[in-house]
Order: sequence, then structure tokens, then C-alpha cells
Amino acid sequence: MAERAALEELVRLQGERVRGLKQQKASAEQIEEEVAKLLKLKAQLGPDEGKQKFVLKTPKGTRDYSPRQMAVREKVFDVIISCFKRHGAEVIDTPVFELKETLTGKYGEDSKLIYDLKDQGGELLSLRYDLTVPFARYLAMNKLTNIKRYHIAKVYRRDNPAMTRGRYREFYQCDFDIAGQFDPMIPDAECLKIMCEILSSLQIGDFLVKVNDRRILDGMFAICGVPDSKFRTICSSVDKLDKVSWEEVKNEMVGEKGLAPEVADRIGDYVQQHGGVSLVEQLLQDPELSQNKQALEGLGDLKLLFEYLILLGIADKISFDLSLARGLDYYTGVIYEAVLLQSPAQAGEEPLGVGSVAAGGRYDGLVGMFDPKGRKVPCVGLSIGVERIFSIVEQRLEAELLYKKNPKLLNQLQYCEEAGIPLVAIIGEQELKDGVIKLRSVASREEVDIRREDLVEEIKRRTSEPLCTC
Amino acid sequence: MAERAALEELVRLQGERVRGLKQQKASAEQIEEEVAKLLKLKAQLGPDEGKQKFVLKTPKGTRDYSPRQMAVREKVFDVIISCFKRHGAEVIDTPVFELKETLTGKYGEDSKLIYDLKDQGGELLSLRYDLTVPFARYLAMNKLTNIKRYHIAKVYRRDNPAMTRGRYREFYQCDFDIAGQFDPMIPDAECLKIMCEILSSLQIGDFLVKVNDRRILDGMFAICGVPDSKFRTICSSVDKLDKVSWEEVKNEMVGEKGLAPEVADRIGDYVQQHGGVSLVEQLLQDPELSQNKQALEGLGDLKLLFEYLILLGIADKISFDLSLARGLDYYTGVIYEAVLLQSPAQAGEEPLGVGSVAAGGRYDGLVGMFDPKGRKVPCVGLSIGVERIFSIVEQRLEALEEKVRTTETQVLVASAQKKLLEERLKLVSELWDAGIKAELLYKKNPKLLNQLQYCEEAGIPLVAIIGEQELKDGVIKLRSVASREEKHYRP
Repeated sequence: MAERAALEELVRLQGERVRGLKQQKASAEQIEEEVAKLLKLKAQLGPDEGKQKFVLKTPKGTRDYSPRQMAVREKVFDVIISCFKRHGAEVIDTPVFELKETLTGKYGEDSKLIYDLKDQGGELLSLRYDLTVPFARYLAMNKLTNIKRYHIAKVYRRDNPAMTRGRYREFYQCDFDIAGQFDPMIPDAECLKIMCEILSSLQIGDFLVKVNDRRILDGMFAICGVPDSKFRTICSSVDKLDKVSWEEVKNEMVGEKGLAPEVADRIGDYVQQHGGVSLVEQLLQDPELSQNKQALEGLGDLKLLFEYLILLGIADKISFDLSLARGLDYYTGVIYEAVLLQSPAQAGEEPLGVGSVAAGGRYDGLVGMFDPKGRKVPCVGLSIGVERIFSIVEQRLEAELLYKKNPKLLNQLQYCEEAGIPLVAIIGEQELKDGVIKLRSVASREEVDIRREDLVEEIKRRTSEPLCTC
Repeated sequence: MAERAALEELVRLQGERVRGLKQQKASAEQIEEEVAKLLKLKAQLGPDEGKQKFVLKTPKGTRDYSPRQMAVREKVFDVIISCFKRHGAEVIDTPVFELKETLTGKYGEDSKLIYDLKDQGGELLSLRYDLTVPFARYLAMNKLTNIKRYHIAKVYRRDNPAMTRGRYREFYQCDFDIAGQFDPMIPDAECLKIMCEILSSLQIGDFLVKVNDRRILDGMFAICGVPDSKFRTICSSVDKLDKVSWEEVKNEMVGEKGLAPEVADRIGDYVQQHGGVSLVEQLLQDPELSQNKQALEGLGDLKLLFEYLILLGIADKISFDLSLARGLDYYTGVIYEAVLLQSPAQAGEEPLGVGSVAAGGRYDGLVGMFDPKGRKVPCVGLSIGVERIFSIVEQRLEALEEKVRTTETQVLVASAQKKLLEERLKLVSELWDAGIKAELLYKKNPKLLNQLQYCEEAGIPLVAIIGEQELKDGVIKLRSVASREEKHYRP
């Protein structure tokens, strides 16, 4: 028994070591080595010996949906689905896992975040990481050359969820994609229209859609002097500009990724720019950028895109932002990301994004990777990040509930306790007749009747005391 | 290279050997041994060396749902969900995988069919096998003592799917359960009422609901002389009576499972019986069965159940069937299974079941397995096997040659001449902003004929045609695709 306890301790310590290495972003080989040691130790422990553990939790990074949360989810999906249907999309569904080979080589650095299934003697399987690669597989498998489809389902990523920021290991994606060879930028424009319609209908506040193009990025890196091999890694540094300052990004590029400082500066001149169609025009005149064939293509397409966005009535929500880089390898053309805006604290302050709620882009090469003859089917699409939206809508509904006609007093008091609200002003029929309001301290439960006209003063007095001993 | 080819051949042969052993139902240890050899061989092969394979299939036992199949699925779910809601159920959802420990020890022999996730250094996980164990975990975790909930989601079982019979490794379950300590048999009766309502509304043909009770089965086995240790395995033999003859079942019990022939015969006398509430009465008078306390409890509850079923108007659909055994270990009381009936070929022939479309029962001990204090929460529920229903509804729609639309678009915005893309974009945007379901072709200068054809194929009823002359006049031509009638409208 002592031997088992000692083994269990070794397993625990080794588990810590593995977690530590992952946090420090140690090399893949080192992590793999320590994980192998961990698995060997666990194997020595042997199978659990019937000791009934009371496992009352969902796996890390996952959660149940209570009836209340399901109601929120249903409201949000209704808005999203009716928008997809309004635009004539069909709906499909695919299995929760794919053959491991299907997902291999499609996600770049993110591949390490894929959940694999145990090899139980059959096919090697992995849980889907997104809905885009399954879509490409579906198109190739059914030899489809065009389709407009939406797909709402959960996807799986083994990253370290910061739960409070609404990120999970199992989460919903709502994808809409248009596959097919069409005249340029019309489907791309419709995707942006859909994004704007959905975010407006959900009424979760003001938002902004940033737009850029993979070819403009690559062209820009080329003329700034970034070596080809560093394109993707510089891309992911640049992508951080929405969260950190240019100084920090430059330091990462020069200090950690070995980029020459002059090259970094030249990048800086470009990527800190954002604007409307006038910026596109401006860059088309840029002496260096206009020499780069790729960048020219991208700029030309963005110009056409903006023309369509004006006709579709959404140009005021769109910002051409040269710092938008976006993680995934498979984008080939236009890329976009929608962020919610916090209201400015003071007039004149620029609104800060608080994280992306939707994103997408064009990916013309993905289906060809699945076709035996390499036949290409161009695709463009978007994905709505609903988990973030669920929590926003949930908060909003909680507030609403208290405005319902005959809410129970108990629920209101409970709400105060949970939300930390120190006082509650209770309106009652009798008190109304007497011209008073009952003011109650949530903490002490003491109640006192205050005359209506004195209420504000009393509340101010109590809440201005240090430590608010209301 | 030759070495690799030889290795690949060894892997293939070993894979065949493993599959063969599984088919012959060889012992678990033997299979495990050969699987281990297979894994070692595969490991020697090393990681795939960048040779791009064109994997154009879904994993074995799984499938995509095309837009047409989704339309069928949506119809079926609508019927089921409105029934659940009509009976006041709330809805929940749970993760697709649970901690492996949560599922361990809950499914008896079926445990080998569970999909495990690879140990990647974190928690050990398995894909859910049903929605009942997650429900019990949810109840215990949230310390709930009563709830009426439904849950519709996919579950995962690694068995050998006979695809033509509509069985898959990934498939939907629609579960409805009532948890809580209530007066006997009322919730149980409501579950049967729900099952009947759903199967009637779906209009998939006549059906029959077989009912039995775990306590009657166990009591019956006891008085027939079945050793305790053989209860579960004899149970699963008896369960086959809906598919094979009594002779075959008896042979399996005596020949393969070592049951004494006299015991088998005694079982045979009971299990070939089925009927209505009169059979319950009859068995309550049975000199041997009525001596067994468990059987008496079960029979008493079934008698009460039938009283309620008569009041709920569904007694004519229910058959008390002593051969109904049902696989899962966690049932503790009433169990039931609904089967579709083929129409008899000739008058007087008895309808044959063609497989179960719904099932359920009472399971009072499951939540207690999750509670640290062992607190019990009695539960009763049902599960609708929708995959079978999907294929039936699909066939029915094909037979009726009903055109199932896969989109809901109301109007296509079209242009009669070239260079009208701007106008189309403006108009379609107006329609979308007004909540109208509209589309346009992604062509700058599409031919009118192609646009009309698109409407016909997709079933879009209206087309709004922008033309140069009409633009000058300030109108749009609205045309019915079916009747070809046209009218002019101001935008």
C-alpha cells in the first residue's frame, strides 16, 4: 500500500513536471520524453482496483448546459440560423471524429492541440478541430463543385482554456461557407454582410470588422525584406498588435525571432495603418508595394470588395487593417475578423476591441489537398464564435429577468447577494400608500422605511462610507 | 522500401487476424494479445512519411448528413421535441466525452464497445456511450433531487455496424427522463404515453410496446433454477426471442451457457407468454411465481401501470411480454421496448416486429453510484432510436416523390441584361435587411435563363427581375417561377 502511495506520488510529480514544461513552452521532444515517462509510471500503477471514486466533474475545459443556458443557446442559434437561411444556405452535419490522416498537416503549429482517440486496433481517429477541414473533405468526397452551406456543431481543441475568458476545449462553432468558382469578391462580400447582420441582430453592442488579405501581408513582408521562411512566424507576431503595443511586437520579432531591426521598422510603417477604401487606394499608389504582384492582386480584390460592401450598406462597419494576420495556414486571400467595441471612456478615445467574436476568409487550396487529381474548389467562409456571445447574452438576460412584471422578492434578494449589491430599495403596495420606500441592507438584513424624497440622499450616504458598511 | 512493404503486409495480416478473432468472439485476453502485437508492428512502421494519402471517407460506422438528410432529420426532431415540450420537459446538454472513470463499471459486457481517447498526458477520457449515465452524473453533480429533462445528442459505440440495418458507431439518441421520488408508476406511465404519442405522430406505421420488469425476470429465473451467476447471461439469451426461435435460444442456453435442460424448459414455459393485463393477473395467481417476493413486486407494479395506461388511452398498444430482457445492467424495475410491425402478408398472420425503435425503463440505483453519500434518486426514462426512423421517413418521402426543399429562399434577385450587378446587390441587400429570404447568383452578368433554372432546381418560388427598361420606369418585375405570371412593383 505504501508502495502504491509512493508510486501515486511519483505520478503526481511527473504530471506537474509535464505541465510545467508545457507552460514554459519547452521543446516538443522534451515534452514528449517526459510524457512518455509519465505514461510508464501510470502503467506501473496498474488498473484502478475497484475503489469507487466519486467523479463529479466534467472533463477539463468542458461544461454541461443547464436548462437556463440552453434557453440562451437556443435564442442565439435562432438568430444565427435564420440569418444563414435568409441567405439561402443548406445545412450539413459530419461525424465528431475524422480519420487522423484527414486532419494531419492542415493546422500548422496548432496540430498539437488535436484530441486523438486511442488506438484500439481499428482506424486512427481524431476529434475535429474545426468545421472547415471536414467541409473540404465532404466536398472532395462528394465531388461537389459548388455549395452554400452552414454547419453548427462542437469542435475540440486541447489548449489551456482561460475559463473566465469564455474559452473552452469543447465549444460550438457556427460556420457558413460558399464553395465554387464564381466572379470575384461577390461571395466574399456576402459573407461580410452575413457577419454584420448576425452581430447586429444579436444586439451585443457595437462591433467592427477588420479586413486584410493574405497576399497583401505576404507581399508586404517580401518588400520589407522578411525571409520567406519567417513569413508565418512573423505573421503571428504581427497578429498580436490588437492586444499589445508595437514596441512589444517589434521586440518579439527582433529579439526572439531573429528579424533584422530595419526590416521590423519597415513592417511597422505598414502594419500600424488602418482605414477604409481610401487606404486601399493609397497603398495601390505605394511605390514599393505596387511593385509586388501578390500585394497588387490583394489590393485590387479589396478595392472591388469595398465597392460591393458600399452597395450592401455595411462599408461603415469595415476597416482595412494591415495588422490583421489570423492564425490558420489555409487562408489564401481575403481574411476578416469581427471584434466587439467597448464604449470609449471619454469622448475622442478610440474604442478598443475586446476580442474576436467572428472571423473567416478565403481558402482556395484546401479542397484540392483532398482531391486525388488535385482539383481545386475555391472557398470563402466565416465562423461565429458563439461561446463568447452566450456569456454576453446570459448576463444581459439576468438583468432583464429582474425587470419582469411580478418577480419574486426572494429572487431579487438572491441576485443582490450573488452580485454583491449592498442595498435594495423595495417598493411595496402599502409603502406606496404611505409614501415611503423600504431600504434594506443586504448584509445585515435590517430594513428601514425612508421617505421617497430622502431616498437618494440616504443611499449616497450609506454607499460613500469607507468599506460601505451599508 | 522492400522492408517497409513487408512490414506493411505483416500489419495487414495481423489486422486480419484481430478482426477474425473478434468475429469468432474469441476470449478477451486472446484478442488483447493480438491487438498488442498489431500495435507493436504499427509502431515499427513509424510515422507516416509525408506521403499524401487521399482520405475520402468518414470513419467506419459514421456518416455525413447531406442537406436532404438534414431536412428529414429536422422534421423528425420537430415532432419529438414538441412532444417532450408538451409534457413539460426542460432540455440539457453535456460534453461529448466524460472522464473514463465516470463510464467505467456502468455498462457491463458492453464496456468493451466504449471509445477511449488517447492518453495525451491529461485526464483519461471516453466518448459517451449513452445519455443516461451522463444524466446521472449531472444529477449527482448538481445535487438535484428531481427534474424532467430531455436530451438529444449523438452517442458512440464501437460495435460492428450492419449499415443496412441502420446501425452505426455514431448515432443520435433522443432521451426523456423523469428523476425524483414520486408515487409509483405515474411517471412510468407518462413515459409510455410519450413513446406512443411520438411513434403515432411520426406516422411510420403500426407499432407495439412490449413491457416487462427486471424483478419479474429475476424472480422467474430464480424459481426456474437459474444460478444467480448466470442471470445476466441467460437474460441476454432470452432477449433474442424477438429475432430467433425458442429452439435456437434453448440451444444457446444449454449448449453454450451450460444451463440444465430442465431449467431451460421451465424458462421456456414462461417466456413465450405475452398478453395484456390479464396475463399479469394470471401470473399473480401462478403458484410458484407468486412465492417469489421480487416477482410479486414487479407484477404488482405492472398491474398498477396497466390501470394508468388504460386511463391514458394507450393500453391497446402495450403488451406484457415475458421474453423482453434488454441489455443494460442499470435497469431496476419496469422495462419497455417499442417495435414497428410489418403489415401481415395474409389475414390472420401475426405481425412481426422489425426491430426496436424506442426503449427504456426504470433505473433507481444509478445516481446513487455517483453520490458520495450514496443518496439515491429514482429515475425512469425512454430513448428514441431515431436513426432507424430517419431511414423510414427518408424512404417514405422518396416513395411519395415529395420534393424536399433544402433551402427556404423565397426570392431570387435576377437581372435581365448585363451590367446590372450593382442594382442586384442593392436590391438583395434591401430584401435581407427587411428579413426576406433572398439570393443572387455570384455572376456579374448571368443569363436570365440560368437564373430561372436555378430557381426551378432549388424550388425558389419567386424571382425579382431587374431590367434596364424597368429601371427607367422605376419598377421591378416580380415573377412566379411556377406559374410564370409577372407583375410590376415599385421597389
